[in-house]
Amino acid sequence: MSPICWKSLLGVTLIALAPCAATTATAFTACQVTDTGGIDDNSFNQTAWKGVLDAQEALGIEGRFLESQAETDYDANINSLIGGQCDIIFTIGFLLGDATEKAARANPDQPFSIVDFAYDPAIPNVLGQVYATDEAAFLAGYLAAGMTETKILGTFGGINIPPVTIFMDGFVRGVDHWNAEKGDSVVVLGWDVETREGLFTNNFDNLDDGRAFAQNLYDEGADIVLPVAGPVGLGSATLADELGTDKLKIIGVDADLYFTDTERQHVYLTSITKRMDSTVAQVIEATMNGDFAGGLLVGTLENGGVDIAPFHDMDASVPDDLKAELEALRAGIIDGSIPVDG
Amino acid sequence: MTSATEGRLLGRSQIEDLFIVPAFALVAALVIGAGVMLATGVTFSTIGQSYVALLRGSVGSVNAVSETLTAALPLVLAGLGLALGFRAGLFNIGAEGQIIMGGLAAVVAGVALGDLPAIFALPGALFAGALAGALYASIAGWLKAATGAHEVISTIMLNLISYRLLDYLLRTPLIQKEGRADPISKSVPDAAELPKLLTFIDINLRLHAGIFLTLAMVFVAYWLLFRSKLGFEFRASGENPVAARVAGMNAGLTIVLAMAIAGALAGLAGANQTLGVLDRATPGFSAGIGFDAIAVALLGRSHPVGVLFAGLLFGALEAGGRQMQVDAGVSIDLIGIIQSLVIVFIAAPLLMKTIFPWGFRRSDAP
Repeated sequence: MSPICWKSLLGVTLIALAPCAATTATAFTACQVTDTGGIDDNSFNQTAWKGVLDAQEALGIEGRFLESQAETDYDANINSLIGGQCDIIFTIGFLLGDATEKAARANPDQPFSIVDFAYDPAIPNVLGQVYATDEAAFLAGYLAAGMTETKILGTFGGINIPPVTIFMDGFVRGVDHWNAEKGDSVVVLGWDVETREGLFTNNFDNLDDGRAFAQNLYDEGADIVLPVAGPVGLGSATLADELGTDKLKIIGVDADLYFTDTERQHVYLTSITKRMDSTVAQVIEATMNGDFAGGLLVGTLENGGVDIAPFHDMDASVPDDLKAELEALRAGIIDGSIPVDG
Repeated sequence: MTSATEGRLLGRSQIEDLFIVPAFALVAALVIGAGVMLATGVTFSTIGQSYVALLRGSVGSVNAVSETLTAALPLVLAGLGLALGFRAGLFNIGAEGQIIMGGLAAVVAGVALGDLPAIFALPGALFAGALAGALYASIAGWLKAATGAHEVISTIMLNLISYRLLDYLLRTPLIQKEGRADPISKSVPDAAELPKLLTFIDINLRLHAGIFLTLAMVFVAYWLLFRSKLGFEFRASGENPVAARVAGMNAGLTIVLAMAIAGALAGLAGANQTLGVLDRATPGFSAGIGFDAIAVALLGRSHPVGVLFAGLLFGALEAGGRQMQVDAGVSIDLIGIIQSLVIVFIAAPLLMKTIFPWGFRRSDAP
């Protein structure tokens, strides 16, 4: 950098230093690196961040986050949180798996916790948080099959990675279960459980894609669509909002989108919730108490780590029989009498 | 820029263009950036904190300098290529696509050559990156030379094609990582990696040998542009295509060559990322570098030395922006706003001269 730039930068510093308050030091700092969806994606990253915020409220910790704008940011962002300022670093998403592993092996004293990634063998300073999302998605699939008018459902994903496709697997198998029980023939467009091929936007940030993919599925006859792509699904919700919910309904993922996407809350039939907020807060509390250990934390229907959200505005349109069947199904999945993994 | 001082390393008016205008532009952008933060309800103390963080995160420690340089390298490399094109009168928007093709080719070559010693594997992978970038850019060059298709349109379209091509190629068995269903390439073997330079200080420092490549390319670009016959032809075609043609220069060949060299440099920028930073190719590994590099080339006034400093400035903003987010909780989007403001102000040197008249020698005022 030229001497002149230096001078001007220093000038700025002097001005800036004057009103600069000292950072208050708190006992515990939890840091989070998002994937490219961003901290305000209304679903995936935001839910995990809510866990930090909840802990901030309940336990008086300090929370910091870094948003990744591109995949090139993962290493750099994790890197800039290393150096003793974070008591634990949360990395949000499967795609940060390699970057987290690299950083964890280079810094064995720094506790990490990654959402949606399980290392085999486990790394001693990384706690993976994974979710049996297919259990909840199975319920959503059964529900959607019971609600569709056209007998055609649609789904699409962000990227063809296990934490995304597990939603689609559960959804399709829930529909299959409905078909088997009722002798019906509801079809799901966008995911083939056997060939592991389907519709993918190949990103987690382009809302236009969410709209276009939902439009394509709608044109093919689908009247309920499950987008599994974080904020991309908001684009699908916009389309449903414009078409009207009698033509197209959306099933949300990760958070209860009725509460996070309040402008379009009426388009959501339900949401397949993945309670990253509760597991993240649990991990923070355990780490504060000195109980951090690497390994695996699994969220299930049984422990409330995954679930389907209430029907909210659509509650009246879901038949009582269907609600009762869903309750029975839930009990069956929890006690293992109904297998969700095909 | 048509001054008589062109061939000299730096003339007085170039110093003003290259350093004083950007410096004032940066100050003006930071002041307006503070205004934007105020308007969005950020407190004074947080604004102060965030600018301290910006400085600390860009030059305040060994790690900060390492991050600034790491972020700057691909911007400088791609920026050099674009600057060369601009000098030849070609407004190449295609660096992003050329980065993608170059970065991917470097990974493929690196994987293929991975068993050889590093002295063959690394140059081979870099060469593959440069070659792929050059070939991809030549398509636009050839289209322009042969059919008159405007390079702005054709390079933008080639960018779009490259995104999809990358998605597709990353899922072909030759390239895709074993055991993965998503588009992600195999890892680059150690022999083909650009070695990290500072891990002996701290294992987390990411600065890699791409810095030597980049500095060498700054020199090569300078020599090519101002000391070689080819560079003279580039500049002549850029200044006045008709005169260049009448003087006996082959306009079509000049266009294709200028695009190819620009593409080779952008391809090296991609190889720099995949071999030095990421160790693999993924969708979106280009991360908009090709577009930021347009700003870097313009900011550097299409002069190789200017591009170097502009790239460093953008690298510093990127590394510092990360720290701003960590320390002050200010959105990363704000860094984007400051970057854009810097460019707006630099694109308007007259405005800078009006706001800060004491910064410029009066006799240089137009």
